[in-house]
Amino acid sequence: MSLFQYEFMLRALVGALIIGLAAPALGIYLVQRRLALIGDGIGHVALTGVGAGLLFQTSPVIMAVLAATIGAIAIELIRERGRTSGDLALALLFYGGIAGGVVLVGLSDSTSANLNAYLFGALTTTSRDDLVTIAVLGAAVLIAMLALRPALFAVCHDEEYARVSGLPVRGLNLLLAITTAITVTIAMRAVGVLLISALMVVPVATAQQVTRGFRATMAAAMVLGLFAAGAGIWLAAVADTAPGASVVVLAIASFIVVTLLAAGWRRIRRARPEPAPAPEPHEVVLGGS
Amino acid sequence: MTPEVISVTHGVVGYDGRPVLRDVSLTVTAGEVVAILGANGSGKSTLVRAVLGLVPLSAGSVTLFGQQVRRFRQWHRVGYVPQRLGAGSGVPATVAEVVASGRLARRGILRPPGRADREAVAEALRAVGLADRAKDPVATLSGGQQQRTLIARALAGRPELLILDEPTAGVDTASQEAFAGALRGFATDGGTVLLVAHELGPLRPLISRAVVVHQGVVAHDGTVPDPAGHHAAPDHDHVHPHGPEEPAGLWSTT
Repeated sequence: MSLFQYEFMLRALVGALIIGLAAPALGIYLVQRRLALIGDGIGHVALTGVGAGLLFQTSPVIMAVLAATIGAIAIELIRERGRTSGDLALALLFYGGIAGGVVLVGLSDSTSANLNAYLFGALTTTSRDDLVTIAVLGAAVLIAMLALRPALFAVCHDEEYARVSGLPVRGLNLLLAITTAITVTIAMRAVGVLLISALMVVPVATAQQVTRGFRATMAAAMVLGLFAAGAGIWLAAVADTAPGASVVVLAIASFIVVTLLAAGWRRIRRARPEPAPAPEPHEVVLGGS
Repeated sequence: MTPEVISVTHGVVGYDGRPVLRDVSLTVTAGEVVAILGANGSGKSTLVRAVLGLVPLSAGSVTLFGQQVRRFRQWHRVGYVPQRLGAGSGVPATVAEVVASGRLARRGILRPPGRADREAVAEALRAVGLADRAKDPVATLSGGQQQRTLIARALAGRPELLILDEPTAGVDTASQEAFAGALRGFATDGGTVLLVAHELGPLRPLISRAVVVHQGVVAHDGTVPDPAGHHAAPDHDHVHPHGPEEPAGLWSTT
């Protein structure tokens, strides 16, 4: 395709596809424990890392990974001690992270365009080095999420049972926290801090409209994430829209389409007469028989 | 002498300084089927949670298979059936996927599931009469069938000891009987059972010993007592409000 003859478009596409695949693979665990918005909170903390990186002129992405990881581990430890409620800890993260980031970016010499790139994503400015970082970290997240699926599923499904199975529950929780931080940071390049949870959560929400099991949901969500990322970048190239926002818009559009189709399909199936399922026996003896 | 499977000596548990268990001692030997009975708030659920190491003791000790519970690592020998399926899951999961979690204690977290795992899952589902529902989402099952899914999960690990927390609370008769059947099979094969119950129902003939917990102490340890008061009435409604949930954390499932 002629649009992708430019190297920066190709880099944007490859970066988006990696993130489109890795983000839902992690996001499904967050959705399973009803933590769909945790990615946003950690994204805000990552912004402080970006600010520090710009201020000290070190790699903003590496600093963001560090800040986000520290933030994610802090949440997990606060949670374990049970001292602060979950939503309060999230609020502290949201506001502390974004305020810290804005202050630090302001202190550095960089322009507000630089801050915007992290707030809303700047996929087309992805450098070769950025792409390598995204590929390595994305692959690490993907491998961890797929290889540890039974254990992570068990911990997210029923933490107490996982503990009685002798699983390293704390280690797995910390692993999830750290991989969330990493995914958020690499996704920040693509869709920006403000849209980060979308790529982790929306494909999962779409997939579970039509799937029956966890593994099928995970596979479908990864396909949907890949599709939204690829089509979003294509749309951005053709219509000259913001790449990150285009990816998220397409992800949401697939959610709406799949939801409507699934509802229509259920209605058609219900219209067809189906033998009623055998009722369970009565719990009481009726009519004195 | 038959080996001790569970041993609690002078166990004390308190939540926020409020004592729930006060000096409880309990021994379960291999092959026994022991029921812990008691009113709501008597501390019976806390007792099994302490046995599993889910609640720390403030005094006394708990051993599983002769080892201090804090240092116990052979979790594949223990199958746990919680009161109900955590409501935490927002993503669909099939019955077989939930039951497959029961294999983790035996397999470890890194090894992918193999043929032995699949066979154990299928066998556990047959034992509770849910083989035909293996591919259905757990959320579409009735409460009793979900409870059977949980016992299948515990059985899939082929444990030597089953610990069940109110397995039949609010469960329909068909499921209670399927449940009793699965438990009978397990006990006949030499398994040890510790179960918390409010009401024994069809499980009653299986129980070899009953322990009644009252206000944090053991009030009776021996034969199964007859229900007393309004609990004995045939139309007694066994629906009770559940205790307050523990505060849900940010990364926790509930």
